[in-house]
Amino acid sequence: MSHGRVVIIGSGPAGLTAALYTARANLKPTLVEGLEAGGQLMLTTMVENWPGFRDGIMGPDLMTEMRAQAERFGAEILQSTVTRVDLSRRPFTIGLGEKRELQADALIIATGASARWLDIGADRRLSGHGVSTCATCDGYFFRGKPIAVVGGGDSAMEEAIYLTRFASSVAVIHRRDSLRASKIMQDKAFANSKITFVWDSEVADITASDKGEVTGLVVRNLKTGAQHTLPVDGVFIAIGHTPNTSLVAGQIELDANGYIVTHDGSRTSVPGVFAAGDVQDHIYRQAITAAGSGCMAAIDAERYLESLAVPSSVHETADGVGATGR
Amino acid sequence: MASDKVKTVTDGNFDSETSKGLVLVDFWAPWCGPCRRMAPTVDELASDYEGRATVAKMNVDDNPDVPSRYAIRGIPTLLLFKDGQLAETIVGLQSKEAIVATLERHL
Repeated sequence: MSHGRVVIIGSGPAGLTAALYTARANLKPTLVEGLEAGGQLMLTTMVENWPGFRDGIMGPDLMTEMRAQAERFGAEILQSTVTRVDLSRRPFTIGLGEKRELQADALIIATGASARWLDIGADRRLSGHGVSTCATCDGYFFRGKPIAVVGGGDSAMEEAIYLTRFASSVAVIHRRDSLRASKIMQDKAFANSKITFVWDSEVADITASDKGEVTGLVVRNLKTGAQHTLPVDGVFIAIGHTPNTSLVAGQIELDANGYIVTHDGSRTSVPGVFAAGDVQDHIYRQAITAAGSGCMAAIDAERYLESLAVPSSVHETADGVGATGR
Repeated sequence: MASDKVKTVTDGNFDSETSKGLVLVDFWAPWCGPCRRMAPTVDELASDYEGRATVAKMNVDDNPDVPSRYAIRGIPTLLLFKDGQLAETIVGLQSKEAIVATLERHL
């Protein structure tokens, strides 16, 4: 079992920024990447709102740079997935698979959020056969085909616009009569002749062929209750995210929606445990705010470790060890 | 660093390559981030299961017929064949443990 001062769980902008800052503070952080290494930006294309890149930067390239930058200053990055944590005892225990364990004096949780599904059963069953939450992964399969995007936020508009490269038409299905997306994304979507909008509506069911390929959607108008069938070959779901907090549920305070509750910066209900990025933020959810909160968590963790060091050096002095102080 | 133990299959040789024994086929494309992420795992499985199962990859960019036959509209997708019969379909990025659990069920 290896013992470190700081362990970081998650490798999106929050986790990697926390790694960069704690590495530069000489805390020799260990970061556990997780299965979806690099986080949500790995599934995007051009990121146009990351400051410092006037022409934009590809999401995966940005994450490759962040990872390399954290490693340059000595962060140890493990290509592994955390399977359990024990926050009830110090040092904290972080389990990797069956056999391996890490221990840490401070823990930064940056596990992010994952795409939400529709909760109608058919969407999970038909995943990979016409239902997708990743336009950049699966858009290619719908060249010249009609498809739908469910959702009305920035992610939904980005997916819809991206998918017009492949699809013959993109129907955006949204529960309200106006979009939640930012003005610039709305303007782009409205200006795109391949995109149409189905307002005040939800997906009631997804129809499939005998072969198990999506053939259409049953769309229900929420105001009138009327249903109609929309023939599509694929549907992309962009209705928001669920925080990845199952690891710490029951050990740390979560809000009603499962997000980690933070106070005074990045502090959680357990002293020594800090949270950053989308796992504790359902409001801003931007790469830059995630990175910013990762920096906060690193600084908070550093100060926490300094506060621990004071009594322990007193203790060492009493034992006649390190009597000359720090 | 693609392992030479992973067999490359195509529309042309797919049926003959999957006709005998246990064959795991990874459907991927170079532009697919999660596929690239899973590639080292697939390489490891090819070594770990050498002699017990065949691990193969198919690039969906170059091979349209087989993905269409199995209604694949999302990658990464893993299909497991037992003596030419489709035994399992696994969609999306998977941990090594999850793939091993599936393989072990059929060994």
